[in-house]
Amino acid sequence: MSDKVLKVEDLSKIYRLGEIGTGTLSHDLNRWWASIRGMDDPYSNVGQVNDRSKKSTSDYVYALKDISFELNKGEVFGIIGKNGAGKSTLLKIISRITAPTKGYIKANGTIASLLEVGTGMHPEMTARENVYLNGAILGMRKFDIDRKFDSIIDFAGCNMFVDTPVKRFSSGMRVRLGFAVAAFLEPDILVVDEVLAVGDAEFQKKAVGKIQDISNEKGRTILFVSHNMHSVQNLCSKVCILDKGMLTYSGSVHQGIEKYIANSSFNMKNNLIERNDRIGSGRLLFDNWELIKDGNKVNLGITGSPLSIIFKISSHSKFSGISFSIGFFNASEGFLTACKSDAIQKVFDIEKGDNVLEFSFDKLPLSSGRYIFNLAAYNGSEILDWIKGAGSFDVENGDFYGSGILPAIGKQGVFVDYDWAKS
Amino acid sequence: MKDWTIYIKPKRSLFQINIKEIWEFRDLIFMFIKRDIVTLYKQTILGPIWFFVQPVLTMLVYIFVFANIAKLSTDGLPESLFYLSGIIMWNYFAECFNQTSDTFSQNSQIFGKVYFPRLILPISKIFSGFIKFLIQSLLFYIVFFFYLITTDLLNPSSWILFSPLLVFLMAGFGLGFGLIFTSLTTKYRDLKFLIQFGVQLLMFATPIIYPLSSVEGKLRTIMNFNPFTHIFECFKFAFLGKGVNNIEGLIYSMIFMFIVLFLGVLIFNKTEKNFMDTV
Repeated sequence: MSDKVLKVEDLSKIYRLGEIGTGTLSHDLNRWWASIRGMDDPYSNVGQVNDRSKKSTSDYVYALKDISFELNKGEVFGIIGKNGAGKSTLLKIISRITAPTKGYIKANGTIASLLEVGTGMHPEMTARENVYLNGAILGMRKFDIDRKFDSIIDFAGCNMFVDTPVKRFSSGMRVRLGFAVAAFLEPDILVVDEVLAVGDAEFQKKAVGKIQDISNEKGRTILFVSHNMHSVQNLCSKVCILDKGMLTYSGSVHQGIEKYIANSSFNMKNNLIERNDRIGSGRLLFDNWELIKDGNKVNLGITGSPLSIIFKISSHSKFSGISFSIGFFNASEGFLTACKSDAIQKVFDIEKGDNVLEFSFDKLPLSSGRYIFNLAAYNGSEILDWIKGAGSFDVENGDFYGSGILPAIGKQGVFVDYDWAKS
Repeated sequence: MKDWTIYIKPKRSLFQINIKEIWEFRDLIFMFIKRDIVTLYKQTILGPIWFFVQPVLTMLVYIFVFANIAKLSTDGLPESLFYLSGIIMWNYFAECFNQTSDTFSQNSQIFGKVYFPRLILPISKIFSGFIKFLIQSLLFYIVFFFYLITTDLLNPSSWILFSPLLVFLMAGFGLGFGLIFTSLTTKYRDLKFLIQFGVQLLMFATPIIYPLSSVEGKLRTIMNFNPFTHIFECFKFAFLGKGVNNIEGLIYSMIFMFIVLFLGVLIFNKTEKNFMDTV
């Protein structure tokens, strides 16, 4: 028997566009009349897909449309999507801050939400008083807080300031205190919005560790929204993608992230001429790129096999001593490696007009997954052209070491040549 | 088939008020009361003395304006005591009403981020108002005992035993009206402007600065419809021995209060589900 703790079914939420309060009375009356006759909300039919960039044709919009998923005990569920895709709305409905328009959610156990750290803290009150207040707001009982008080203060690292009003705290300290309280909540389902983005690196690490503890050791279910693919990859056991209020993907973390990256506007074309988000003097421009394997145009690379990227470049003038750089990133935009031509003592003379350049790997050192690369061209210290996310390509697993053994399979990373020896 | 402990759906029946949940969050009520009391006079020189300054000043102004200039009757009672009893009782109602009537707009920040039974906040306001009321009534008792011992103007009766009920009625009215108003103002903000001066008008329509006995005829009949009339008259009769006290009036007030409170909770309950989208 599976341990379902959360079941979301056909969840929709409609928002009214524009000003609230003008002309709503007649709509209210209409709605009320419909509900008396036991009919559907008359305005829910006119709802349209939530697309920020398009001008609306109707007064109502779907912030969420027919969302369904189920979670088991102990799962960490990542919700990714662009701004305005409905992530926060979904969390708000699950945390009972606002009600859905259609559909329902069933949950087993207690739900606590951490959409903001330190909600309701009062600046005039001391850290001690605020821990109790904040804890109570989040649903803790007083004896619970009594029991955990020392660990909370320890975790926040503010033993010294227990009896100081919070208004004298630095903003970082306040965040730590707020998170510490929430971290010692023990709900069955924890809803976390992007709160880990605040605080210093040490604290973030601590926070991520704490969340892992909560799910692994205590077997609690966590719903987690983040734009940081790195923390999603580290924390989540399952992800879903929300796009314009609809659930477009639900499943494994690795695939989800790749799909999200592939679908985002970050998806690159081979043609670079139309890119206008480039940086540099523009005296030399990257025009397009192609993936070449064994002389043929391909669209994916294989680990351990040769792979070249061929660039077409157009230049406004004649240059000499130009260096090029290509930087590789994994799907969650984590930096992997940069290959600068001048680092291997290769600089080029460029003719006015079109030039062709080739970058190549003898043995592609990337494991399976989707990769993104940046392109840059330098004339000494002058940046001629620099394109973030100039291109992306997929890699399939291959035999890098010629031994049939692939270390760390399933993780995105690089292979390096190395040696082991016994002396 | 399977027991789900939490069920979130679009519409909730009007009468579903989760008392059990409120009980589970009782510590939060306590924390909010503590917050209200502790932070009220932080960084003030006089601190809690402010609890007394306001009613004393109001009393002095009333004595000056209503008793000395307008020459309104105080039923032969000491002016200070007559006004003070009215002011402190009315203050409690006004405090409850004002504090609860902007529950939604004041706390939209918290409500937007975390869930707890929303009724917790107005309820906690009633209690923190009650603590303020208790402190202020000390003032009343001091003056009361002073006159009781030094003069024979006062004639307290066993109705004093009813005074907790009177306070309860005031709290109920404050909460009930507050809940109704806060629910309505989330969408139609116009009502906010009504509240301030509405409370003031209501005060003048209630025998606080004058005794009911000084009102005659048709006006008296109208005033009998004001549920507050009976509460204040009963209070004055109980402690001071003067006032038009009748049990029917008190029962009328009580029924009135329960209807207002019931309506308030109902509307509040309906509003709390979606107010985040309209506030």
